[in-house]
Amino acid sequence: MPTLMHHWTFAIPEIWVLVMACAVLLVDLFWGHRSPHLAPVLSVVTILGAMLLTTAQWGLSGSSFAGQLLLDPFTIVAELSVELLSLLVLLYSPRYLRERGLYRGEVFVLLLFALLGSMIMISGGNLLTLYLGLELLALSQYALVALQRDNPRAVEAALKYFILGALASGLLLYGMSLLYGLTGSLDIAQIAQGLVNVGADNFVLTMALVFVVAGIAFKLGAAPFHMWIPDAYQGAPTVMTLFMATAPKVAAFALVIRILAQGNAGAVEIWQQIFVALAIASLLIGNVVAIAQSNLKRMLAYSTVSNVGFLSLGIVAGNANGLASAFYYVLVYALMAAAGFGMILLLSREGFEAENIADFAGLAQRRPWYALLMLIIMFSMAGVPPTVGFTAKLAVFQALVQAGYVPLAVFAILMAVVGAFYYLRVVKVMYFDPVPENAPQLARDGLASAVLSVNSVALLLLGILPGALLATCFHALQGVL
Amino acid sequence: MSGQPTLAAWLILGALLFSIGVVGIFLNRKNVIILLMAIEILLLAVNINFVAFSRYLGNLEGQIFVFFILTVAAAEAAIGLAILVVYFRKRHSINVDDIDELRG
Repeated sequence: MPTLMHHWTFAIPEIWVLVMACAVLLVDLFWGHRSPHLAPVLSVVTILGAMLLTTAQWGLSGSSFAGQLLLDPFTIVAELSVELLSLLVLLYSPRYLRERGLYRGEVFVLLLFALLGSMIMISGGNLLTLYLGLELLALSQYALVALQRDNPRAVEAALKYFILGALASGLLLYGMSLLYGLTGSLDIAQIAQGLVNVGADNFVLTMALVFVVAGIAFKLGAAPFHMWIPDAYQGAPTVMTLFMATAPKVAAFALVIRILAQGNAGAVEIWQQIFVALAIASLLIGNVVAIAQSNLKRMLAYSTVSNVGFLSLGIVAGNANGLASAFYYVLVYALMAAAGFGMILLLSREGFEAENIADFAGLAQRRPWYALLMLIIMFSMAGVPPTVGFTAKLAVFQALVQAGYVPLAVFAILMAVVGAFYYLRVVKVMYFDPVPENAPQLARDGLASAVLSVNSVALLLLGILPGALLATCFHALQGVL
Repeated sequence: MSGQPTLAAWLILGALLFSIGVVGIFLNRKNVIILLMAIEILLLAVNINFVAFSRYLGNLEGQIFVFFILTVAAAEAAIGLAILVVYFRKRHSINVDDIDELRG
């Protein structure tokens, strides 16, 4: 029998983030006006502490609080990644936030709560815990997007994001209620046991899974549930877009692992079929519509949709191999998205957002190093070797072909070729287009450009030496399934 | 049963309310407040499902879930209305058709 102490040890990273988020809120309330750097510095300390505490759990596994929280290799790897991604957001953001009057405690508190929500979605072992984590993340994000009150586009983005996000939660909950009715339990492990008696040909089970997958697809941004992605990404302040495109995607993928792979392993054929449809739609819509975009944030939003299509291919494969490659893909994608939006953040300054592809014209002459970094990012998103984007796509295709979905893999490769067009167009604009006459000054930002350099070079290094991360992902999923 | 509604009856009620909520979100072209109401109906439909199953299965977990959904729905409504107030101050309209600055 696990002791009480043991329960607390399992939940320590979450408890730490919760306590520190409340502490940052209070500290900022009393001393924030005198020392504005207090909240961001404390937030960085919080995340570093959380990473230490999560790493210290390495090797532990089991469940605590009557199955409410699960600790396994997947929890640890995924939590470390969302912590790292949130840290990246904090390091990219200070100058951008200061110039827009957003350098306030609330931003950092909301980011910490969003991080806490993601962590709970990753470690939750019960539909109730997963739902509460999801809502903590979503509610923090709505507020983060709407925080720039004087920007009508940000507020409009928040409104659209809120309505569709709430609809997604509703769909997910309806599916959860049907799962509960079928199995009589909210616990993931007990649902998996209960479904053995239900049988995979049950109509209500199919309905339940359709609703659950629709809800998760909304959160991931898979077509045809992607309507909110372009508007929310384009309208939100770039810092919030950077956050939305990274950590929450890993958390949404954790829902796939917990609810589908663990809870509904017996009904794998049903959710596999739904993900085939989602993957085809996302690859098609994401890649084709992205070509028509002139706004880089919007183009990257459609690129998110297409990348979710690629990661769905790993889920389609359905076995541990496929899910591990999908997990690898989502981690790599989050790192690429962080770098892509980080670049927009870096080049923007007060009163100017470097969000149009035209703003990058002639960047190679003005800032050769930034242009080179952007080249790496775009090559990685397009899947050009030796960047990590190539390894990730390769892993997913391998799993897919091994599972016998050859036509789907061929279609996906064709779509990757279509996708390469709009990524390479950005490179062409940077290197071959002349600098416009009245080009606005670009910003200088030591911290963000250092972080961006590390982030982009990591994309290259992880592509040249993919072994360690890939092996970690496989290890993480082996322990779960 | 002694005249009590059956489980199926409650589930049909839940499904109907849920459909009304979804249709309300997609067909509504007039007013954002109605969207917020549709979202509340969605969540309440789920609550009916949970309570019905919970009573039928003799298992309290579902009713506990309902408490949490009600609480989260209240928080969600608060944030939604807050965003709507900010939006109205900027645009002086809460017409769904006017929410169209971002497209492409």
